[in-house]
Amino acid sequence: MADTVVGANPDPHASGEDPNRRDFIHIAAAVMAVGAVGALAWPFIDQMNPAGDTLALASVEFDLTKVEAGQQVTIKWRGKPLFIRNRTGKEIAEAIKDDTADLRDPQTDEERHKPGKAQWLILIGTCTHLGCVPTFGGGDYGGWFCPCHGSHYDTSGRIRKGPAPKNLAVPDYAFLSDTKVKVG
Amino acid sequence: MSGHSNYEPKTGFERWLDTRLPIVRLAYDSVIDFPTPKNLNYWWTFGGILAVCLGIQIVTGIVLAMHYVPHVDHAFNSVERIMRDVNYGWLVRYMHSNGASMFFIAVYIHMFRGLYYGSYKAPREVLWILGCVIYLLMMATAFMGYVLPWGQMSFHGAVVITNLFGALPLVGESITTWLWGGFAVDNPTLNRFFSLHFLLPFMIAGVVILHIWALHVPGNGNPTGVNVKSKEDTVPFHPYYTVKDGFAISVFLLMFAVFVFFQPNALGDAVNYVPANPLVTPAHIVPEWYFLPFYAILRAVPDKLAGVLLMFGAIAMLFVLPWLDTSKVRSMRYRPTAKLYFGIFVLACLVLGYCGGRLPDDHVIGNLSTFQLLDADLNSMVWLSRVAAAYYFAYFLVVLPILGLTETPLPQPESISAPVLPANAPAGAAASPEKRG
Repeated sequence: MADTVVGANPDPHASGEDPNRRDFIHIAAAVMAVGAVGALAWPFIDQMNPAGDTLALASVEFDLTKVEAGQQVTIKWRGKPLFIRNRTGKEIAEAIKDDTADLRDPQTDEERHKPGKAQWLILIGTCTHLGCVPTFGGGDYGGWFCPCHGSHYDTSGRIRKGPAPKNLAVPDYAFLSDTKVKVG
Repeated sequence: MSGHSNYEPKTGFERWLDTRLPIVRLAYDSVIDFPTPKNLNYWWTFGGILAVCLGIQIVTGIVLAMHYVPHVDHAFNSVERIMRDVNYGWLVRYMHSNGASMFFIAVYIHMFRGLYYGSYKAPREVLWILGCVIYLLMMATAFMGYVLPWGQMSFHGAVVITNLFGALPLVGESITTWLWGGFAVDNPTLNRFFSLHFLLPFMIAGVVILHIWALHVPGNGNPTGVNVKSKEDTVPFHPYYTVKDGFAISVFLLMFAVFVFFQPNALGDAVNYVPANPLVTPAHIVPEWYFLPFYAILRAVPDKLAGVLLMFGAIAMLFVLPWLDTSKVRSMRYRPTAKLYFGIFVLACLVLGYCGGRLPDDHVIGNLSTFQLLDADLNSMVWLSRVAAAYYFAYFLVVLPILGLTETPLPQPESISAPVLPANAPAGAAASPEKRG
């Protein structure tokens, strides 16, 4: 009797089927497990993205009457500094004059502000090099100077000298009235 | 881990690594080739299930700690923010809060399995005690975790549990002040509970490693309680028990998912969604379900210190159990009388849990009026708790020590294979089904 039992030992592949039904079960079970782990992984990754309340605070309104000509007010927007600069006629003229200069990131001054609002320059106040906050009025061009690695920006916020690759970014914003803007 | 290893490195890299850090050999010997009794039933799958529970609690807990604020002014709101604003925060928190309950369901089944099959007996005493240590750490972790949402139950639960230590003579008051970091449960208490709640799970993981190490020295017990006598009594852990455990884990996770997605608050208390108020205690304060039996023992005793000592004593019983049970027969499968007492013990634990969730003066039987016995009505939860608690202790201190000496056990099989072998069949054939595929 023992002989028949031993002889009955089937090779999984002896039936000639390849893949056979047992392989199918193994593969199906493994695929289910991998699929389940994958589906569960997404919530654990997505939880680190901005939460609902963070996104809800993504826009700010600002009253421009607080900024005198020649001054800049810095406010916090999405955790970053936002420069709101009331430019003087001289600063605007310098910016327009340099539209034709050799710019690293060519943009005209006209493209950097809203039509007819040349006095208001609204920029994200983080240096495009590595994210420091440039200081107001510094540098060779009278715009901003980044103390970290020496980038010079002109009065239109365009990069003129130093390691930064891009102009200071212009956020999405709109004038709600002559004296009020909404950023974001 | 127990001596002989069948691992043979197959690639050059494995050979190179094996002489420097034999980690692949360790994994191979522990979860691939490990000889495991071939008759383990589904009660033996809860070890694997518990490992999964611990993993889920650690992963979800680390995520929650990214969003939770351990400060009395922000804790409750930060938990609500997790529920409403954090992406999938509701899922992660419900996995964590229900995960605690699932963890305890699994650990209680695992412990009753051990009690029934005599898993605590020689040579597995240290393995059992390490398990008791894990259980203690689990209770401390669960308690401190429950405090963190800073709801009414969190706060007043913390007050009650920390005040337990105030029952100790002489040092009691100093200890509670030290635990609180002040004159009451307050911000310093919340901060330290958060810190410890983060630490303890990793200590649990450490003791789990010791637990598995201690398991792999004598190897698994089995439902017959008879030692493994030959290679014919075992099968390799993989694929036999990886697949069996995997199936059990899948079924367990299904039940887990039913709670998380359909009844996420069924096991919790609604009062904990009321922010903590140190000035008002909720009318009916109860711990989470997994502490109810011990809570019932605490309340059954009309003396503060004695109540606390009995409550901790109930857990201490588990630690000394290997030396209380005098029976040489491991599995209660062959101890019909012990089986009966064990059944009553399980019932007593359930009754204690039931009593712990009710008010002490609640009637056991509806409108039946009985007489006052000592300090309480006979028909009250207090007296039912006392009866059940008395049996709980008697089981460890009277039944198990005496029964082992007086009972007549049924004959045990000669080997694990013997009970399933047809009479007169050659041992080798039926005894090694793995060779038949």
